[in-house]
Amino acid sequence: MTKEEAPVLLEVRGLAAKAGSAQILKGIDFTVRAGEVHAIMGPNGSGKSTLSKVLAGHPAYEVTAGTARFDGQDLLAMAAEDRARAGFFLSFQYPVEVPGVANAQFLRLAYNSIQGARGRDELDPLEFDDYVREKMKLLEMAPAFLDRSLNTGFSGGEKKRNEILQMALLEPRLAFLDETDSGLDIDALRVVANGVNTLRNDDNAVVLVTHYQRLLNYIVPDYVHVMDGGRLVKTGGKELAIELEARGYDWIQKSAA
Amino acid sequence: MSTALKSLIDQPYRHGFVTDIESDSVAKGLSEDVIRLISRKKNEPDWLLEFRLKAYRHWLEMTEPTWPNVKYPKIDFQDIIYFSAPKPKKKLASMDEVDPELRRTFDKLGVPLHEQAALAGVAVDVIFDSVSVTTTYKKKLADVGVIFCSFSEAVREHPDLVRKYLGSVVPHGDNYYAALNSAVFTDGSFCYIPKGVKCPMELSTYFRINTQESGQFERTLIVAEEGASVSYLEGCTAPQFDTNQLHAAVVELVALDNANIKYSTVQNWYAGDENGRGGIYNFVTKRGLCKGVNSKISWTQVETGSAITWKYPSCVLLGDNSVGEFYSVALTNHMQQADTGTKMVHIGRNTRSTIISKGISAGGSNNSYRGLVKIGAKADGARNFSQCDSMLIGDRCAANTFPYIQVQNDSAKVEHEATTSKIGEDQLFYFASRGIDAEEAVSMIINGFVKDVFTQLPMEFAVEAGRLLGLKLEGSVG
Repeated sequence: MTKEEAPVLLEVRGLAAKAGSAQILKGIDFTVRAGEVHAIMGPNGSGKSTLSKVLAGHPAYEVTAGTARFDGQDLLAMAAEDRARAGFFLSFQYPVEVPGVANAQFLRLAYNSIQGARGRDELDPLEFDDYVREKMKLLEMAPAFLDRSLNTGFSGGEKKRNEILQMALLEPRLAFLDETDSGLDIDALRVVANGVNTLRNDDNAVVLVTHYQRLLNYIVPDYVHVMDGGRLVKTGGKELAIELEARGYDWIQKSAA
Repeated sequence: MSTALKSLIDQPYRHGFVTDIESDSVAKGLSEDVIRLISRKKNEPDWLLEFRLKAYRHWLEMTEPTWPNVKYPKIDFQDIIYFSAPKPKKKLASMDEVDPELRRTFDKLGVPLHEQAALAGVAVDVIFDSVSVTTTYKKKLADVGVIFCSFSEAVREHPDLVRKYLGSVVPHGDNYYAALNSAVFTDGSFCYIPKGVKCPMELSTYFRINTQESGQFERTLIVAEEGASVSYLEGCTAPQFDTNQLHAAVVELVALDNANIKYSTVQNWYAGDENGRGGIYNFVTKRGLCKGVNSKISWTQVETGSAITWKYPSCVLLGDNSVGEFYSVALTNHMQQADTGTKMVHIGRNTRSTIISKGISAGGSNNSYRGLVKIGAKADGARNFSQCDSMLIGDRCAANTFPYIQVQNDSAKVEHEATTSKIGEDQLFYFASRGIDAEEAVSMIINGFVKDVFTQLPMEFAVEAGRLLGLKLEGSVG
């Protein structure tokens, strides 16, 4: 099966959104099929993170125009938790810290809500412990992570590993990874990238939101989109990322203007 | 604030019913005559009447404190009934003769009055308005020498003990509401644990205000002799009225050498409606005296009710090496106001204290922590650790922290930590993006926030307290 024939997972058309009175997304079109890896690159403030949050259902943003269909459903009509239950995943740039809530407890609650929505059996704490420890090996995480408070006092790299661990547990159809490479040293970057690559298959898809090309050496994208001023202004193959790394964003901004 | 957050806090009060029972009340108002009447009704000895009158005369000279960070209209102390008791049908020979109407009331509240049905291993003294209705497991406790009875009975049966310790921790003129209580208190619980005895079960008092215009002024006195230990629980509810009732209690704890007292409260007085109409004014003085060496007093409180809470369970650490602890969760919602905290007064050498306070504010409520750590000149090697955390739910509530630290000894170590967090959009969104809805998210975040305090509660209480927090917050997040 070639990728062009693979089923469409996400179809975004003319998506516009604002936060307060600021119009941040000004008409986004793109399509993600099963088995694909997309990268969305662009300068600071171009709207990359906003796009991820709007699609995941963050209440601070108001969609002013456009549509987004996910796996045949109207994504924008769904509550954030229902989007997650349907298989949409967002790896956060800044995961929130929750003191007093054990990581294991949070992971199990998340896992069981997704399992429940898929009509699968939930796991009790003991069963879950075995299951999550297996997944943690993939990300070279020490079991001590389970007992720590959720993201509290985690280093930047530990937070990102914990995000990808959640991706491994929840087995989403579509994962948006928002600046997962920021705050990672080179070893951690390799571990996290290997983790993501292991989780990829013909049925799911990954969208990498990043500033830098370096992550794309490890997770090779099929498509690279450049975002600027709330629009996707250019789309190409993986070589576009290399060109961006060499020439910066200026030339695209000029040619788009 | 999203609608999910909002709908999470708005759960109706489940204990708001009124029991229809004939009561014997004294007419409204306060005077020496009323005090004499109360004392006469209870057949009290002269020394106790003197104690009351001394307190009353002192109270007349005092003014109501205005320093707490709470607002309420001036209380008309002449508009309160100072004594109200369910009329006994006849003298009770056993629990089975408790008025069935009263028994139904407490069954409904989950406080069974028969020993067979009572919480396994918990002895309960039940206070209805101004008097104690019954005390369970008295016989079993008496076998090991533990005295657990109503205050009135203690005055009759153990007058020397009561006289020795009454007012020894909270003097009759200590503060405005303690003085008022000393003048008009009607009942309460008395516990005495003799030398070397570890109390074989949890002791518990359940307070219920029923009459609309009555105040509740109870007095609790717990004495642990050398090497004795006891764990004591207190619970309370009241019907839903659109007027305010005053609850001004005094609790005194005395721990002698090597004694250990653990005092836990789950306070669920009626809090008023969402516009702040009605509810209990909970103006309470609680203080423990670590009188002996190596003694320990530990307060754990979960405060969820009352229109206004004004209380500072405190420890006076007199004995060398004595230990004071204060673990508190105070939750306010709607228009509730709380000004609560503790006082740790270090007098003896190598005394240690720990304060863990967790304030949760939701709705339009106002929640203040106020705490004093005082290290006296002779308290060599004294140590204190305080942690005061506040959590805000939504954007109309307030949280304040007023720590006071007074140190008169160079060798003391005092640490204070404080944090403020907010359950807001971003936290809820994080949970939602993992398939977890707002209600579950708030419950998990709150349970994590209060964990350090809840682990201090006896097991049955911890379960009850957890459920109560969940109910109180239902509908508050959105």
